[in-house]
Amino acid sequence: MFKIVGREEMANGTVVLNEIEAPLIAKKAKPGQFVILKATETGERIPLTMADTDPEKGTITIIYMVVGKSTALFKSLKVEDGYLDVIGPLGKPTHLENVGNVVCVGGGTGVAVLHPITRGLKQAGNNVISIIGARNKGLLILEEQMKAASHKLYVCTDDGSYGHHGFVTDVLKDVLTKNDIKLVVGIGPVPMMKFVCKMTKDFNVKTLVSLNPIMIDGTGMCGGCRVSIGGKTQFACVDGPEFDGHQVDFDELMLRLQAYTEDEKASHDEYCNLKKEKA
Amino acid sequence: MAEIAEKKEKIPRQSMPEQAAKVRAKNFEEVPTGYSPEVAMIEAKRCLQCKKPACVEGCPVGVDIPGFIGHIRDGKFEQAISLIWKRNGLPAVCGRVCPQELQCEGLCIVGKKGEPVAIGNLERFAADYARKSGECELPVKAEPTGKKVAVVGSGPSGLTVAGDLALKGHEVTIFEAFHKPGGVLVYGIPEFRLPKEIVFAEVEGLETLGVKLECNAVVGRTVSLDELFEQGYDAIFLGVGAGLPTFLNIPGENLIGILSANEYLTRSNLMKAYLFPKYDTPVVRGKNVITLGAGNVAMDSARTALRLGAQSSRIVYRRSRQEVPARGAEVHHAEEEGVEFHFLTSPVEFKGNEKGRVTGMVGLKMELGEPDSSGRRRPIAIKGSEFELECDLAIIAVGAGANPLLTQSTKDLELNKWGYIVADEATGKTSKKGVWAGGDIVTGSATVILAMGAGRQAADSIHDYLTRGW
Repeated sequence: MFKIVGREEMANGTVVLNEIEAPLIAKKAKPGQFVILKATETGERIPLTMADTDPEKGTITIIYMVVGKSTALFKSLKVEDGYLDVIGPLGKPTHLENVGNVVCVGGGTGVAVLHPITRGLKQAGNNVISIIGARNKGLLILEEQMKAASHKLYVCTDDGSYGHHGFVTDVLKDVLTKNDIKLVVGIGPVPMMKFVCKMTKDFNVKTLVSLNPIMIDGTGMCGGCRVSIGGKTQFACVDGPEFDGHQVDFDELMLRLQAYTEDEKASHDEYCNLKKEKA
Repeated sequence: MAEIAEKKEKIPRQSMPEQAAKVRAKNFEEVPTGYSPEVAMIEAKRCLQCKKPACVEGCPVGVDIPGFIGHIRDGKFEQAISLIWKRNGLPAVCGRVCPQELQCEGLCIVGKKGEPVAIGNLERFAADYARKSGECELPVKAEPTGKKVAVVGSGPSGLTVAGDLALKGHEVTIFEAFHKPGGVLVYGIPEFRLPKEIVFAEVEGLETLGVKLECNAVVGRTVSLDELFEQGYDAIFLGVGAGLPTFLNIPGENLIGILSANEYLTRSNLMKAYLFPKYDTPVVRGKNVITLGAGNVAMDSARTALRLGAQSSRIVYRRSRQEVPARGAEVHHAEEEGVEFHFLTSPVEFKGNEKGRVTGMVGLKMELGEPDSSGRRRPIAIKGSEFELECDLAIIAVGAGANPLLTQSTKDLELNKWGYIVADEATGKTSKKGVWAGGDIVTGSATVILAMGAGRQAADSIHDYLTRGW
């Protein structure tokens, strides 16, 4: 068992942080890599990019949004409970080098994945401008941490309840216009990444995105996570999860993420009903 | 002698009782239900007890076949299994999935005139008897040597190496990337052909021998080979399997509802998607299913699809029936259950709808030309013969390649041009000192028993190294 040693609810309880004992993974993991977690014997294998690691303490941190049965099950785990299986670190780490001015753009729980990369880019000597966004103020996560990891932080909300009223791409456009940006890292919901890439393409700025398609083994064995990169099929689990955003077929990715929508809903409904009955 | 042979031939080969095709096509329980002791003893009487048994030459691990069959004939079932265990640590598995028709049974003298002795069925009987009765003696372990061996991968080759070396007194730890041990025996071969309880029982047997098991350990990521040496392992065996799905590279292949056989079978077998929603992992349940390829994996996929509710399950294969690589029994079972075969058909393109889901496959008719490098007649496309087959699930089962996860992270390991590990044929030694390899990661996709044979050779060589040096 992989014990949960820290737990925090964020964004009005829609997002949960778990710090998990996994010394072997903590020792090896680098920013951008992911783990696969399975809570119970009958559970699914869920891939999540790590939000942090503490090699000395031997822990890794994940931050996930509660969207279906598996994440609802994760949320039900308390401190001292644990995951039955945690596998990793998987995927290629982010290539962290000093290129000059970089922009880190994050949306939703994507900010959790973006944070260690932002910190790494700053440590590598880059001048880091970050832009994070959420639908409203209550759903915003890791603002303080992102502020510390960046030289300058912009915050956006779709409804204007906090920071800039609008999308992260509005601010990004302004930043790209006024600065000589060498690299953009965009991590968040697929539509956000798609529009970030559309914009940076106009400005001809290299852009990295981190993809999280449906996955089973995470070791390149099943091909379920295949994505089209520049017209070629690649596996997000071993060739990624980060890719050149200008080469990604986001429309195909969005469709493929819908593969099990009906099953997922049925499974979640059943779980919620069972919980109600128990209560 | 001739007279005895004639007398013996009068006993027909005893068939194994099976679930009726229509019934079993709707459940995941095992298809053949096994011999009773009486039937096993009758079948065992058919063996001629040849002085120079050809069957043994056909066995990659050299089981004393006439010996164990003789014990079954005499009703000494414990002795039968003890004799098998001397050469084969996974008899319950091999009795079920070995291609006996190409190995032991293919060389059986009784088979020259009639049907060969049902060696596989008898092996299965002995192993199942031992597991159920629990009465058989475990093999004796040698004194501890103080040497540590890491086995990477818990499929057929890894389990064989672990068992052999544990018996020789070495301290063995198996590292498995998945959350459950067994490799292809668990993620690949379906329950109705190889109940998982059998595989787990074999693994438990190894644990009784003192073998340690570390699941969720992706060697190459969680820990490297050099780190294993630093941790004090004296030798490493790599039996990681092929594990890289081959796709067709044709238009439309990334539509929803097109899965590699690896993904389809892993969802169903390892993750138990056939029990969804009791288990949380779903799998596409197609009404009209097409499986591309005609090996054992393709048969497993097409038959799984029927059990998951398919109205039609079709195998599409670009060569003819004669070239089908699957075991005869698998093809036979698939046909009985209602799987349709479309031979001499090559996939050209997949069609989909606005939701990105597959709706059909465009196929092209083929004819057979001259033999190719594999000795099989090369299929040649018939121009203008395109036609469409409707489907809402397509499973790609056209083979596997070498998974580069471990090999790419181990720089001093020599690979061939296809990415497989170069290993000495007789010993399994690789280019890296203290590292052996065997099974599909050396040979490419093959059978359980060949992987076990490679494991046996490697175990002998590792033992030699640990006791005498490289």
